[in-house]
Amino acid sequence: MSLLAALVHLGGTGKYISWGIVQISLANLIIIGAMIVMLLAAIVLPFPKHETRRK
Amino acid sequence: MSSPTVETFTVVAEKPTWTGKVRERTVNAFPPDRLLPDAQPAYVASWTYVFGALSIAAFLVVLLSGAVLAIEGPAWWHKSNVGLFVNSIHMWSTEFFFMFMVVHLWAKFFMAAWRGRRKATWITGVLAFVVSIGTAFTGYLSQQNFDSEWIGTQAKDGINSTGAGAFWNVLNFGQMLMWHIVLLPLVVAIVIGLHVLLVRRRGVVPPFAPTKAQLARTGVFVSGTGTFTDTPVPSVSQQQLDLLAHEQPVPQEPPSPPTVQGPPAGPVLQEPPEAPASQSPPAGLSLQERTPELLWDRPEDKP
Repeated sequence: MSLLAALVHLGGTGKYISWGIVQISLANLIIIGAMIVMLLAAIVLPFPKHETRRK
Repeated sequence: MSSPTVETFTVVAEKPTWTGKVRERTVNAFPPDRLLPDAQPAYVASWTYVFGALSIAAFLVVLLSGAVLAIEGPAWWHKSNVGLFVNSIHMWSTEFFFMFMVVHLWAKFFMAAWRGRRKATWITGVLAFVVSIGTAFTGYLSQQNFDSEWIGTQAKDGINSTGAGAFWNVLNFGQMLMWHIVLLPLVVAIVIGLHVLLVRRRGVVPPFAPTKAQLARTGVFVSGTGTFTDTPVPSVSQQQLDLLAHEQPVPQEPPSPPTVQGPPAGPVLQEPPEAPASQSPPAGLSLQERTPELLWDRPEDKP
Protein backbone atom coordinates (compact mmCIF):
# COMPACT_ATOMS: atom_id res chain seq x y z
CA MET A 1 0.00 0.00 0.00
CA SER A 2 2.86 2.32 0.85
CA LEU A 3 4.46 1.35 -2.46
CA LEU A 4 1.28 2.34 -4.29
CA ALA A 5 1.12 5.59 -2.35
CA ALA A 6 4.71 6.28 -3.37
CA LEU A 7 3.91 5.64 -7.02
CA VAL A 8 0.77 7.77 -7.03
CA HIS A 9 0.87 10.89 -4.91
CA LEU A 10 -2.71 10.97 -3.66
CA GLY A 11 -2.42 13.93 -1.31
CA GLY A 12 -1.23 16.55 -3.75
CA THR A 13 -2.94 18.82 -6.23
CA GLY A 14 -4.53 17.00 -9.13
CA LYS A 15 -2.85 17.09 -12.52
CA TYR A 16 -4.90 18.44 -15.39
CA ILE A 17 -4.37 18.20 -19.11
CA SER A 18 -5.59 21.07 -21.26
CA TRP A 19 -6.21 20.94 -25.01
CA GLY A 20 -7.95 24.05 -26.23
CA ILE A 21 -11.26 24.31 -24.42
CA VAL A 22 -10.97 20.68 -23.31
CA GLN A 23 -9.62 20.18 -19.81
CA ILE A 24 -9.51 16.81 -18.10
CA SER A 25 -7.80 15.48 -15.03
CA LEU A 26 -5.06 12.94 -15.58
CA ALA A 27 -6.89 10.45 -13.34
CA ASN A 28 -10.05 10.65 -15.44
CA LEU A 29 -8.06 10.36 -18.65
CA ILE A 30 -6.35 7.21 -17.35
CA ILE A 31 -9.70 5.70 -16.39
CA ILE A 32 -11.18 6.42 -19.82
CA GLY A 33 -8.10 4.89 -21.43
CA ALA A 34 -8.47 1.83 -19.19
CA MET A 35 -12.10 1.46 -20.26
CA ILE A 36 -11.15 1.62 -23.94
CA VAL A 37 -8.44 -1.00 -23.37
CA MET A 38 -11.01 -3.13 -21.52
CA LEU A 39 -13.45 -2.99 -24.44
CA LEU A 40 -10.78 -3.79 -27.04
CA ALA A 41 -9.47 -6.66 -24.93
CA ALA A 42 -13.01 -8.02 -24.56
CA ILE A 43 -13.40 -7.99 -28.34
CA VAL A 44 -10.03 -9.54 -29.11
CA LEU A 45 -9.42 -12.04 -26.32
CA PRO A 46 -10.89 -15.51 -26.89
CA PHE A 47 -13.66 -16.60 -24.55
CA PRO A 48 -13.08 -19.93 -22.78
CA LYS A 49 -15.16 -22.63 -24.43
CA HIS A 50 -16.71 -25.75 -23.06
CA GLU A 51 -18.74 -28.56 -24.51
CA THR A 52 -22.04 -27.14 -25.72
CA ARG A 53 -25.25 -29.03 -25.15
CA ARG A 54 -27.41 -29.90 -28.10
CA LYS A 55 -30.96 -31.15 -27.94
CA MET B 1 -52.58 -30.65 -5.78
CA SER B 2 -53.53 -33.73 -7.76
CA SER B 3 -57.12 -33.58 -6.53
CA PRO B 4 -59.59 -32.73 -9.34
CA THR B 5 -61.55 -30.54 -6.92
CA VAL B 6 -58.57 -28.29 -6.36
CA GLU B 7 -57.87 -28.02 -10.10
CA THR B 8 -61.48 -27.06 -10.80
CA PHE B 9 -61.40 -24.48 -8.07
CA THR B 10 -58.15 -23.05 -9.45
CA VAL B 11 -59.54 -22.57 -12.94
CA VAL B 12 -62.97 -21.29 -12.02
CA ALA B 13 -62.18 -19.10 -9.05
CA GLU B 14 -58.98 -17.43 -10.21
CA LYS B 15 -59.73 -16.80 -13.85
CA PRO B 16 -61.76 -13.58 -13.47
CA THR B 17 -59.58 -12.13 -10.73
CA TRP B 18 -56.94 -9.49 -11.35
CA THR B 19 -54.37 -11.61 -9.56
CA GLY B 20 -55.11 -14.49 -11.90
CA LYS B 21 -54.82 -12.24 -14.94
CA VAL B 22 -51.56 -10.77 -13.70
CA ARG B 23 -50.23 -14.26 -13.06
CA GLU B 24 -51.24 -15.43 -16.54
CA ARG B 25 -49.68 -12.44 -18.23
CA THR B 26 -46.53 -12.73 -16.14
CA VAL B 27 -46.08 -16.42 -16.83
CA ASN B 28 -46.74 -15.87 -20.54
CA ALA B 29 -44.21 -13.04 -20.69
CA PHE B 30 -41.64 -14.77 -18.53
CA PRO B 31 -41.92 -18.54 -18.74
CA PRO B 32 -39.49 -20.11 -16.27
CA ASP B 33 -37.04 -21.30 -18.91
CA ARG B 34 -36.79 -17.76 -20.26
CA LEU B 35 -36.70 -16.05 -16.87
CA LEU B 36 -33.89 -18.26 -15.58
CA PRO B 37 -32.29 -19.82 -18.65
CA ASP B 38 -29.62 -22.45 -18.22
CA ALA B 39 -28.16 -21.91 -21.69
CA GLN B 40 -27.44 -18.97 -23.93
CA PRO B 41 -27.02 -18.67 -27.72
CA ALA B 42 -23.56 -19.47 -29.06
CA TYR B 43 -22.80 -15.83 -29.86
CA VAL B 44 -22.95 -14.91 -26.16
CA ALA B 45 -19.64 -16.71 -25.65
CA SER B 46 -17.66 -13.47 -25.84
CA TRP B 47 -16.11 -11.22 -23.23
CA THR B 48 -18.10 -8.29 -24.61
CA TYR B 49 -21.25 -9.84 -23.15
CA VAL B 50 -20.02 -10.00 -19.55
CA PHE B 51 -20.02 -6.30 -18.69
CA GLY B 52 -23.72 -6.10 -17.90
CA ALA B 53 -23.37 -8.84 -15.29
CA LEU B 54 -20.19 -7.21 -13.99
CA SER B 55 -22.09 -3.93 -13.58
CA ILE B 56 -24.76 -5.67 -11.52
CA ALA B 57 -22.11 -7.40 -9.41
CA ALA B 58 -20.43 -4.05 -8.70
CA PHE B 59 -23.84 -2.53 -7.91
CA LEU B 60 -24.47 -5.23 -5.31
CA VAL B 61 -21.14 -4.42 -3.66
CA VAL B 62 -22.13 -0.75 -3.66
CA LEU B 63 -25.41 -1.60 -1.94
CA LEU B 64 -23.84 -3.91 0.63
CA SER B 65 -21.01 -1.54 1.54
CA GLY B 66 -23.50 1.34 1.69
CA ALA B 67 -25.67 -0.70 4.05
CA VAL B 68 -22.70 -1.28 6.36
CA LEU B 69 -21.91 2.46 6.32
CA ALA B 70 -25.54 3.22 7.18
CA ILE B 71 -25.48 0.79 10.09
CA GLU B 72 -22.31 2.19 11.64
CA GLY B 73 -22.69 5.90 10.91
CA PRO B 74 -20.46 8.84 9.94
CA ALA B 75 -18.16 8.86 12.96
CA TRP B 76 -17.23 5.25 12.20
CA TRP B 77 -16.54 5.70 8.49
CA HIS B 78 -14.54 8.90 9.13
CA LYS B 79 -12.43 7.79 12.10
CA SER B 80 -11.94 4.05 12.39
CA ASN B 81 -9.65 2.06 10.12
CA VAL B 82 -12.36 -0.45 9.28
CA GLY B 83 -14.80 2.37 8.61
CA LEU B 84 -12.36 4.05 6.26
CA PHE B 85 -11.81 0.72 4.53
CA VAL B 86 -15.55 0.14 4.00
CA ASN B 87 -15.90 3.74 2.89
CA SER B 88 -13.21 3.11 0.27
CA ILE B 89 -14.90 -0.14 -0.79
CA HIS B 90 -18.09 1.88 -1.32
CA MET B 91 -16.26 4.45 -3.45
CA TRP B 92 -14.23 1.96 -5.52
CA SER B 93 -17.18 -0.34 -6.17
CA THR B 94 -18.98 2.74 -7.51
CA GLU B 95 -15.99 3.47 -9.75
CA PHE B 96 -16.07 -0.10 -11.08
CA PHE B 97 -19.86 0.03 -11.45
CA PHE B 98 -19.53 3.03 -13.74
CA MET B 99 -16.54 1.63 -15.62
CA PHE B 100 -18.32 -1.65 -16.37
CA MET B 101 -21.55 0.14 -17.20
CA VAL B 102 -19.84 2.48 -19.69
CA VAL B 103 -18.01 -0.39 -21.41
CA HIS B 104 -21.35 -2.26 -21.49
CA LEU B 105 -22.92 0.84 -23.07
CA TRP B 106 -20.17 1.12 -25.69
CA ALA B 107 -20.40 -2.55 -26.60
CA LYS B 108 -24.19 -2.44 -26.90
CA PHE B 109 -24.04 0.78 -28.89
CA PHE B 110 -21.67 -0.69 -31.48
CA MET B 111 -23.79 -3.83 -31.83
CA ALA B 112 -26.98 -1.69 -32.10
CA ALA B 113 -28.55 -3.56 -29.22
CA TRP B 114 -31.93 -1.88 -29.72
CA ARG B 115 -32.57 -4.12 -32.76
CA GLY B 116 -35.28 -6.76 -32.69
CA ARG B 117 -37.89 -5.05 -30.48
CA ARG B 118 -35.31 -4.19 -27.83
CA LYS B 119 -35.91 -0.42 -27.71
CA ALA B 120 -37.31 -0.63 -24.18
CA THR B 121 -34.22 -2.56 -23.08
CA TRP B 122 -32.01 0.19 -24.45
CA ILE B 123 -34.12 2.96 -22.90
CA THR B 124 -34.10 1.37 -19.44
CA GLY B 125 -30.32 1.02 -19.73
CA VAL B 126 -30.02 4.73 -20.48
CA LEU B 127 -32.33 5.51 -17.55
CA ALA B 128 -30.24 3.35 -15.22
CA PHE B 129 -27.11 5.22 -16.33
CA VAL B 130 -28.64 8.67 -15.83
CA VAL B 131 -30.15 7.90 -12.41
CA SER B 132 -26.87 6.29 -11.34
CA ILE B 133 -25.07 9.56 -12.10
CA GLY B 134 -27.50 11.38 -9.82
CA THR B 135 -26.99 8.77 -7.11
CA ALA B 136 -23.22 9.08 -7.31
CA PHE B 137 -23.48 12.87 -7.28
CA THR B 138 -25.53 12.91 -4.09
CA GLY B 139 -22.97 10.50 -2.67
CA TYR B 140 -20.20 13.02 -3.29
CA LEU B 141 -22.37 15.60 -1.53
CA SER B 142 -22.77 13.29 1.48
CA GLN B 143 -19.08 12.84 2.26
CA GLN B 144 -19.13 15.46 5.05
CA ASN B 145 -15.72 16.86 4.19
CA PHE B 146 -14.22 19.81 2.33
CA ASP B 147 -14.60 17.92 -0.92
CA SER B 148 -18.38 17.67 -0.53
CA GLU B 149 -18.60 21.32 0.53
CA TRP B 150 -16.69 22.35 -2.56
CA ILE B 151 -18.85 20.21 -4.86
CA GLY B 152 -22.05 21.48 -3.24
CA THR B 153 -21.15 25.14 -3.51
CA GLN B 154 -19.93 24.72 -7.08
CA ALA B 155 -23.03 22.77 -8.13
CA LYS B 156 -25.70 24.96 -6.55
CA ASP B 157 -25.63 27.62 -9.25
CA GLY B 158 -25.92 25.07 -12.01
CA ILE B 159 -28.79 23.29 -10.29
CA ASN B 160 -30.53 26.60 -9.49
CA SER B 161 -30.27 27.68 -13.11
CA THR B 162 -32.41 24.69 -14.09
CA GLY B 163 -35.10 25.61 -11.57
CA ALA B 164 -34.69 22.32 -9.73
CA GLY B 165 -32.96 24.17 -6.89
CA ALA B 166 -36.38 25.33 -5.67
CA PHE B 167 -37.01 21.91 -4.15
CA TRP B 168 -33.70 20.09 -4.59
CA ASN B 169 -31.04 21.95 -2.62
CA VAL B 170 -27.53 20.56 -2.99
CA LEU B 171 -26.45 22.53 0.09
CA ASN B 172 -29.06 20.72 2.20
CA PHE B 173 -27.00 17.84 3.55
CA GLY B 174 -29.93 15.96 5.11
CA GLN B 175 -31.93 16.10 1.90
CA MET B 176 -28.99 14.95 -0.23
CA LEU B 177 -28.18 12.11 2.17
CA MET B 178 -31.78 10.85 2.08
CA TRP B 179 -31.84 11.01 -1.71
CA HIS B 180 -28.52 9.17 -1.79
CA ILE B 181 -29.35 6.32 0.56
CA VAL B 182 -33.10 5.87 0.01
CA LEU B 183 -34.75 7.34 -3.07
CA LEU B 184 -32.15 7.15 -5.81
CA PRO B 185 -30.79 3.66 -4.99
CA LEU B 186 -34.39 2.43 -5.01
CA VAL B 187 -34.96 3.91 -8.46
CA VAL B 188 -31.65 2.52 -9.77
CA ALA B 189 -32.48 -0.95 -8.43
CA ILE B 190 -35.97 -0.87 -9.96
CA VAL B 191 -34.72 0.33 -13.34
CA ILE B 192 -31.92 -2.25 -13.40
CA GLY B 193 -34.47 -4.91 -12.48
CA LEU B 194 -36.71 -3.85 -15.38
CA HIS B 195 -33.69 -3.81 -17.67
CA VAL B 196 -32.76 -7.38 -16.74
CA LEU B 197 -36.36 -8.56 -17.13
CA LEU B 198 -36.48 -7.03 -20.61
CA VAL B 199 -33.23 -8.77 -21.50
CA ARG B 200 -34.86 -12.03 -20.38
CA ARG B 201 -38.03 -11.22 -22.32
CA ARG B 202 -36.37 -10.27 -25.61
CA GLY B 203 -33.17 -12.26 -25.32
CA VAL B 204 -29.60 -11.11 -25.74
CA VAL B 205 -29.16 -9.19 -28.96
CA PRO B 206 -27.52 -11.31 -31.66
CA PRO B 207 -24.62 -10.02 -33.74
CA PHE B 208 -25.18 -8.64 -37.21
CA ALA B 209 -25.88 -11.23 -39.89
CA PRO B 210 -22.70 -12.24 -41.70
CA THR B 211 -22.16 -11.33 -45.31
CA LYS B 212 -21.90 -13.94 -48.03
CA ALA B 213 -18.16 -13.43 -48.20
CA GLN B 214 -17.82 -13.98 -44.46
CA LEU B 215 -19.86 -17.15 -44.82
CA ALA B 216 -17.78 -18.28 -47.77
CA ARG B 217 -14.59 -17.82 -45.81
CA THR B 218 -15.92 -20.30 -43.26
CA GLY B 219 -16.88 -22.75 -45.98
CA VAL B 220 -20.61 -21.97 -46.00
CA PHE B 221 -22.20 -20.86 -49.23
CA VAL B 222 -25.51 -19.33 -50.16
CA SER B 223 -27.29 -21.02 -53.01
CA GLY B 224 -29.39 -19.25 -55.60
CA THR B 225 -32.53 -20.00 -53.60
CA GLY B 226 -31.13 -18.34 -50.47
CA THR B 227 -30.46 -21.55 -48.56
CA PHE B 228 -27.19 -22.44 -46.90
CA THR B 229 -25.01 -25.20 -48.17
CA ASP B 230 -21.51 -26.40 -47.43
CA THR B 231 -20.66 -27.02 -51.05
CA PRO B 232 -19.42 -24.15 -53.22
CA VAL B 233 -21.97 -22.83 -55.68
CA PRO B 234 -20.45 -23.58 -59.11
CA SER B 235 -21.85 -20.58 -60.90
CA VAL B 236 -20.53 -18.04 -58.42
CA SER B 237 -16.82 -17.58 -57.89
CA GLN B 238 -15.29 -16.63 -54.59
CA GLN B 239 -14.27 -13.29 -56.05
CA GLN B 240 -17.85 -12.60 -57.10
CA LEU B 241 -19.07 -13.57 -53.66
CA ASP B 242 -16.60 -11.19 -52.07
CA LEU B 243 -17.68 -8.35 -54.31
CA LEU B 244 -21.34 -9.14 -53.77
CA ALA B 245 -21.01 -9.48 -50.04
CA HIS B 246 -19.78 -5.97 -49.47
CA GLU B 247 -22.96 -4.56 -50.95
CA GLN B 248 -25.56 -7.15 -50.08
CA PRO B 249 -26.06 -8.74 -46.69
CA VAL B 250 -27.60 -12.12 -46.17
CA PRO B 251 -31.39 -12.05 -46.75
CA GLN B 252 -33.31 -11.01 -43.66
CA GLU B 253 -35.89 -13.80 -43.67
CA PRO B 254 -35.36 -16.64 -41.17
CA PRO B 255 -32.59 -18.88 -42.41
CA SER B 256 -33.64 -22.20 -43.84
CA PRO B 257 -32.15 -25.37 -42.46
CA PRO B 258 -28.87 -26.34 -44.07
CA THR B 259 -29.34 -28.22 -47.31
CA VAL B 260 -27.42 -31.22 -46.10
CA GLN B 261 -28.87 -34.67 -45.90
CA GLY B 262 -30.51 -35.53 -42.59
CA PRO B 263 -33.47 -37.35 -41.12
CA PRO B 264 -36.94 -36.49 -42.45
CA ALA B 265 -38.63 -33.39 -41.09
CA GLY B 266 -40.76 -33.85 -38.00
CA PRO B 267 -41.91 -31.99 -34.91
CA VAL B 268 -38.27 -31.26 -34.13
CA LEU B 269 -38.40 -28.54 -36.78
CA GLN B 270 -40.28 -26.38 -34.28
CA GLU B 271 -36.89 -25.85 -32.70
CA PRO B 272 -34.29 -23.44 -34.11
CA PRO B 273 -32.86 -24.73 -37.37
CA GLU B 274 -30.12 -26.85 -35.93
CA ALA B 275 -28.30 -29.45 -37.93
CA PRO B 276 -29.64 -32.97 -37.49
CA ALA B 277 -27.89 -34.97 -34.81
CA SER B 278 -27.17 -37.81 -37.22
CA GLN B 279 -25.41 -35.54 -39.70
CA SER B 280 -21.84 -36.53 -40.24
CA PRO B 281 -19.87 -33.29 -40.00
CA PRO B 282 -17.43 -32.45 -42.75
CA ALA B 283 -13.78 -32.09 -42.02
CA GLY B 284 -13.24 -29.67 -39.17
CA LEU B 285 -16.32 -27.92 -37.84
CA SER B 286 -19.85 -28.85 -38.81
CA LEU B 287 -22.00 -26.54 -40.87
CA GLN B 288 -23.95 -25.64 -37.75
CA GLU B 289 -20.85 -24.80 -35.76
CA ARG B 290 -19.55 -22.61 -38.52
CA THR B 291 -22.77 -20.56 -38.60
CA PRO B 292 -23.77 -20.21 -34.95
CA GLU B 293 -24.83 -16.61 -35.45
CA LEU B 294 -27.49 -17.73 -37.92
CA LEU B 295 -29.29 -19.91 -35.44
CA TRP B 296 -31.60 -17.29 -34.03
CA ASP B 297 -33.65 -18.52 -31.14
CA ARG B 298 -36.77 -16.63 -32.15
CA PRO B 299 -37.74 -14.76 -35.30
CA GLU B 300 -37.83 -11.46 -33.42
CA ASP B 301 -34.18 -11.94 -32.50
CA LYS B 302 -33.17 -11.36 -36.06
CA PRO B 303 -31.50 -8.01 -36.58
